[in-house]
Amino acid sequence: MTRVGWIRLAVLAIAIGLLELCCRVGLIDQRVVIPPSEMAVALVRLLISGQANEQIVRTFGIVIVAALISVVAGFALGAVIHALPRVRQSLDPFFATYYAVPIFIFYPVMIVIFGLSAIPIVLMGVATAIVAMIIATLNGLDRVPQVLAKVARVHRMGTIATALRLKLPAAAPHLFTGVKLAVSYAFIGVIASEFILAPAGLGRVISDAYTDFNNRQMYALMLLLIIVATIVNMFLHVVDQRWAERRGITKP
Amino acid sequence: MTTAAADAVAHAALSGVTRVYPATAATPPVHALGPLDLELKRGEFFAVVGPSGCGKSTLLEVLAGLQQPTAGTVTFEGRAVAGKVPDGIGVVFQEDASFPWMTVWDNAAFGLRRNGVAAVEIRRRVDDALAFMGLTEFARAFPAQLSGGMRQRVCISRTLVLQPRLILLDEPFGALDAQTRLLMGDEVLRLWRRTGATILLITHALDEAAMLSDRIGAMSARPGRFLDIVATGWPRERDSKIVSEPQFGEITGRLWDNLRGESMKSLGHPGMAAG
Repeated sequence: MTRVGWIRLAVLAIAIGLLELCCRVGLIDQRVVIPPSEMAVALVRLLISGQANEQIVRTFGIVIVAALISVVAGFALGAVIHALPRVRQSLDPFFATYYAVPIFIFYPVMIVIFGLSAIPIVLMGVATAIVAMIIATLNGLDRVPQVLAKVARVHRMGTIATALRLKLPAAAPHLFTGVKLAVSYAFIGVIASEFILAPAGLGRVISDAYTDFNNRQMYALMLLLIIVATIVNMFLHVVDQRWAERRGITKP
Repeated sequence: MTTAAADAVAHAALSGVTRVYPATAATPPVHALGPLDLELKRGEFFAVVGPSGCGKSTLLEVLAGLQQPTAGTVTFEGRAVAGKVPDGIGVVFQEDASFPWMTVWDNAAFGLRRNGVAAVEIRRRVDDALAFMGLTEFARAFPAQLSGGMRQRVCISRTLVLQPRLILLDEPFGALDAQTRLLMGDEVLRLWRRTGATILLITHALDEAAMLSDRIGAMSARPGRFLDIVATGWPRERDSKIVSEPQFGEITGRLWDNLRGESMKSLGHPGMAAG
């Protein structure tokens, strides 16, 4: 691990240690926050008992579906919008202000249309994530050097070969940024939707635990979400870094 | 076509070529080029110099088939160039056109792979081109790990392996410092002698044109036309040492005499041009 990595790890360990200490010495009321060590124990017990397994599988399954739809559809829409400058011009203001609008206000509408099923949650996940992928695709395609189009013509490449062999690889680093954002936003969209109003899922279980003052279950599941989100992001970060190294770029 | 017959025909020619960029919502039509005529002899090194915006790059792109002329005809080896880059023409651009996601070796092999050339032949040609351009030890490096000059050599290698008979160089050393440009010029001369290809070099540097070329076309401000074509008379075996020859100064002086007024015009100083 690099020196920066060790420092990062040390900061995290100190923060967890401080929280543990504050809880143990009574600076933080354990009825409000339980010590991190007890969160970990509660999580292990919850996983062994299998009590929440169905909800865990459901929620992460929905996150995966929402992220996949967002990445694939976001890329396709981004590519189409990029090819149509007038459409892009008219949509740009919406993209610029999209995340300023609390899109969760549309969740009740989704429930009215699709009922209390997984579909509205998937759609909320997609709605939260897809625009990040569209913007990343537009940004990536904007940054493809124009000279590559000339190189393609010198090599007598057709439109599809140019797109797949030159433009896509040239835009890939920006597209991957879109993938990273889409996955993170899909997580947020799905969990938040389950929190607001859903018949099942981790968000709903956490919400119920909060209402029932079941701190152990609530913090255990929160810890699980933090761990999974961190692992997924670290994995994507490592992939991004390896990719950058292949291109001879050193990322911090 | 026999060799004698081929020699009788210009290797590449532009005849009465003009290029007018149509009007857009924000700009009026721009008459960028011509009418102009040019005949490139087989195996010669021809440079085009001229003030900024005079249509030098447009000339190259029209000759390459990357742009259609508004009027006139373009031929390469006796055949019309019609909106498509003909087989046998290679182009090196001013901008860094290396592929950052590929190693130097894969960059050089790109065109051969696309053409379905056998793997053994690809290896032979790429290894040879990289050795010629002094890139062998960087074959597994990525462009981001190389200097600007080396990246440009990667692009030249990618063109070289295709064994083009006409090489078009669009200010390939424009982004490099003066010393590196001189050395890159030596490498281009070596490449020219070895391949026997015809070379058209677009440059804004009079010294570069004077050092490298058999003939130099001096272009007017837009719309670009040839004001003068200067034959340098250099021997084929030459290198950057000729910059110390008295004739070198005479050639650059003659070019500057032609271009000074045109450069002023392009800067919007017609009064100074008259003086």
